[in-house]
Amino acid sequence: MISEWIIVAFLSIGITFNALGVIGLLRFPDLYTRMHATTKATTFGSVFTSLAVIVYAISLYLNTIDPQFIVLGIHSLVAAMALAFTNAVGSHAIARAAHRSGILPAPAVIDRLKEAGQ
Amino acid sequence: MIDPWYPAVLILIILICLCFARLILGPTPADRVVAVDTVNTLTVASLVILGLIYREVIFIDVAIVYALLSFVSTLFIAKYIGGEL
Amino acid sequence: MHTPRPARGDPVIAFFLTFFLSLFVYLILTAGSGNVGFWSVSELTAGVALSLMTAAIARKFLCRAGNYRMANPLRFLLIPVYVIGPFFLEVIKANLDVAYRVITMRIRPGIIRVSSDLKSDLGIFMLANSITLTPGTITVDIDEKTHDLYIHNINVGAGDEDKPVIPDYELFSISDLPKWIRRIAE
Repeated sequence: MISEWIIVAFLSIGITFNALGVIGLLRFPDLYTRMHATTKATTFGSVFTSLAVIVYAISLYLNTIDPQFIVLGIHSLVAAMALAFTNAVGSHAIARAAHRSGILPAPAVIDRLKEAGQ
Repeated sequence: MIDPWYPAVLILIILICLCFARLILGPTPADRVVAVDTVNTLTVASLVILGLIYREVIFIDVAIVYALLSFVSTLFIAKYIGGEL
Repeated sequence: MHTPRPARGDPVIAFFLTFFLSLFVYLILTAGSGNVGFWSVSELTAGVALSLMTAAIARKFLCRAGNYRMANPLRFLLIPVYVIGPFFLEVIKANLDVAYRVITMRIRPGIIRVSSDLKSDLGIFMLANSITLTPGTITVDIDEKTHDLYIHNINVGAGDEDKPVIPDYELFSISDLPKWIRRIAE
């Protein structure tokens, strides 16, 4: 029953980091620091919950020899990959658009992009 | 051993509800977009788990399409905020 | 609005590359539907037809730079090695770092300028995404001419705010990710 422990570990890691991302979204002072929390932590957490689903699907397949579960695992993997890819690109798009529309990092020691005048 | 999947989905839904606080409070439109993006990510994660609970592959297909469509909508809202549209 | 540049290189190669890529994605998503290999006859027919349509429409977009270095399957095999190995270690470190900052709120944010000697579009793209998911940094903007990246750092190191430009390998502490990206994409 080692797979059950792996599943519980992955699921709790995923839920913990998702919760940390949401707490960071609520606590941080400005847009860019909030994006640090949401982009990194929720991507990592969601990939780990998907990994738990994949491990459970594989263990179900080994118990029942039903190809439906392999299909479920492959689709979960595709969903996790799509999530990791789209979150990174989407956060880059939001950060660029926000800086262009004049939202500057509120507590900041340095802002090279504003000095470059873009 | 108790079933861990239902509590996981419940916690994810509570987290989605917490994100709505930033959606309502957010001082700028970009903050609201970040909150919506987080809600989308957590929705995809909970859809994947629900697909396993109900043994339905179609839930996970819906999750993939949802992730890609939310990506496109995020890009368009970002273009609108940046004044390029 | 940017108008897409006209595709350089051979349009037939671009057509077939787009066709095989979309057919590959379709076959992954429909695996397990029948008994010809893993697929049923109707799924295979629909996949080939849809991929031909996709290739006819989208061939100008996939190979826009007109360079077919990524058509080499060995480079594709390097991507999983990169993602599972050095990149994943950096992601774990990044998340522990974010967890620490969320709990203690010790932040010192700022936007810094990072130079990179990667030249191709795909290399810059992979570097920007790797920076976004690794410790303390997200990419804000890219200088199109010099390929410099503007990066929001959640904890600017002491003294870093005085340097005008920081080289890219100083952002990563565990392994040299730009070297890996150069090996894959250039």
